[in-house]
Amino acid sequence: MNRHQKEIFIRGIFAFFAFASVLILALIVMFLFREGLPIFKEVSVADFLFGQEWYPTYDPPAYGIWPLIFGSVIVTVFSCLIAVPLGVLSAVYISEIAPASIKDITKSIIELLAGIPSVVLGFFGMVVVAPFLQDTFDLPTGLNIVNASVILAIMAIPTISSISEDALYAVPSEFKEASYALGATKYETITKVIMPAALSGISTAVILGMARAIGETMVVLMVAGGAAAVPESIFDSVRPMPASIAAEMGEAPFGSGHYHALFAIGMVLFFLTLFFNLIADYISQKFKEVGSATL
Amino acid sequence: MVRKLLAVCLIWLAFGANLALAAESVVIKGSTTVLPIAQAALEVHMKAHPGVNISLSAGGSGDGIKALIDKSTDIANSSREIKDKEITLARAHGVEPVAYTVAIDAIVPIVHPKNKVNGLTIDQLSQIYQGKITNWKEVGGDNLTIVVVSRDSSSGTFESWGHLVLNNARVTPKAQLQASSGAVVQTVSKNRYAIGYIGLGYLNTSVKGLTVNGITASAKTALSKEYPVARPLYMYTNRQPAGETANFIKFVLSPAGQKLVAKEGFVPLIAEEIRKPAQKGKK
Repeated sequence: MNRHQKEIFIRGIFAFFAFASVLILALIVMFLFREGLPIFKEVSVADFLFGQEWYPTYDPPAYGIWPLIFGSVIVTVFSCLIAVPLGVLSAVYISEIAPASIKDITKSIIELLAGIPSVVLGFFGMVVVAPFLQDTFDLPTGLNIVNASVILAIMAIPTISSISEDALYAVPSEFKEASYALGATKYETITKVIMPAALSGISTAVILGMARAIGETMVVLMVAGGAAAVPESIFDSVRPMPASIAAEMGEAPFGSGHYHALFAIGMVLFFLTLFFNLIADYISQKFKEVGSATL
Repeated sequence: MVRKLLAVCLIWLAFGANLALAAESVVIKGSTTVLPIAQAALEVHMKAHPGVNISLSAGGSGDGIKALIDKSTDIANSSREIKDKEITLARAHGVEPVAYTVAIDAIVPIVHPKNKVNGLTIDQLSQIYQGKITNWKEVGGDNLTIVVVSRDSSSGTFESWGHLVLNNARVTPKAQLQASSGAVVQTVSKNRYAIGYIGLGYLNTSVKGLTVNGITASAKTALSKEYPVARPLYMYTNRQPAGETANFIKFVLSPAGQKLVAKEGFVPLIAEEIRKPAQKGKK
């Protein structure tokens, strides 16, 4: 083997690894669609997405997943309300304010948070948060939207915090120096200069955090309660889409309407996360130039 | 080199496939309720008898009996008795269904130990699960909202409950879903508003089992058919089975097989019940 052949060979290996993941993704998507699309022979897309009733095992079955979509969206929105301030502000503190010693500790602890298995967090929500919520607010059930949102927020914080921190870190030091030179205080520099300059990165962080929350399965299966009804209050139980798939797939008869409907829910989830990722990509592309004045 | 490896693989595959074909195989289809029993039994049975190949799939009792009629299965699992219409159809196809009762499925409603309610009627349970009774005071308890805990809709316990208590009416969409009987116990033991239901085998002291129509659920009351939320589970075969099919059913009905039945949360049969075949479907 001469040098040239070796070069081609190595290039081939790298290409193989690069395309392997693309190929795997393509196969998964193909499979998802092949198993999910047949449900639309039984029910129209609109009835599937906006139907109020999810009774897949009854005769006749009802395949409306609106309560499940609503459940997913509401826990995601509430978890963001908790996770975004905590994640972004902790990133600001770590990257701009904290002295080096504290910075190292907080940073590694937040990263440690990302390593906790979701089933452990789910169990925590089930045996600690649920009874606490129930006793404190005198509720019929502690397995509800609030509980699921809090636990999902804990899972989304590391994602939001570490990506935001990278974005803040990437703001050129000339900006800060210029701001201080003009007499701005540290607070003014952070809010008026650094944060706006890092906005695209922070937005990306938030959206990836949301995508993390909406796709999370174990936590919502364990702590969201699992009622397939559109909730009337934030203390009602909901059944987000991943929970429904996880709970029902195991025993749904292969090839039945129920089976295809569960894959179709997977398609809806796939499109939602794809949508989030596209937005994240768009924002980071579009606002890339903003602030990079060091030409 | 690569080619050589490939050839070896092919030979190995062909050889392996031949072996699989040579072994006697048993096909089991049918009820999702009976699935865990059949699954547990076939795992132990296949380990004890290498070379026996048993395939199992669950698509509901009706599917299993349909498969028995068109002879695409050796054993049909069923959580209900075969219907007269199905017997007629089977005979028209030259199939003579024979029923084996393999276990009793008894389901117990459970509440928090501090709940004052000790028993409910079938009708009250049905109303509660349909979302028509929503407060414990309506059934003699404290003034508390009832939190209905149910199983995921594809579980066999859900199906039995829906059939025996709700008469196939829809469970309220507000019912909480838990993916396992263990999770139902966990939820109900932590919540004094809650009511749930589990297979008798899952009952423990962390929750209170309710009487139904005044009768306490136990292996005894389930076997004597006094307890209303119980039903026998069947395996149907075409005529008296022979060969591996017969061996498998014999194993399920043996003390070792019945131990597995109990382990899966069902009521095992007492010795007399095993020998006496069920009435329907016999000549």
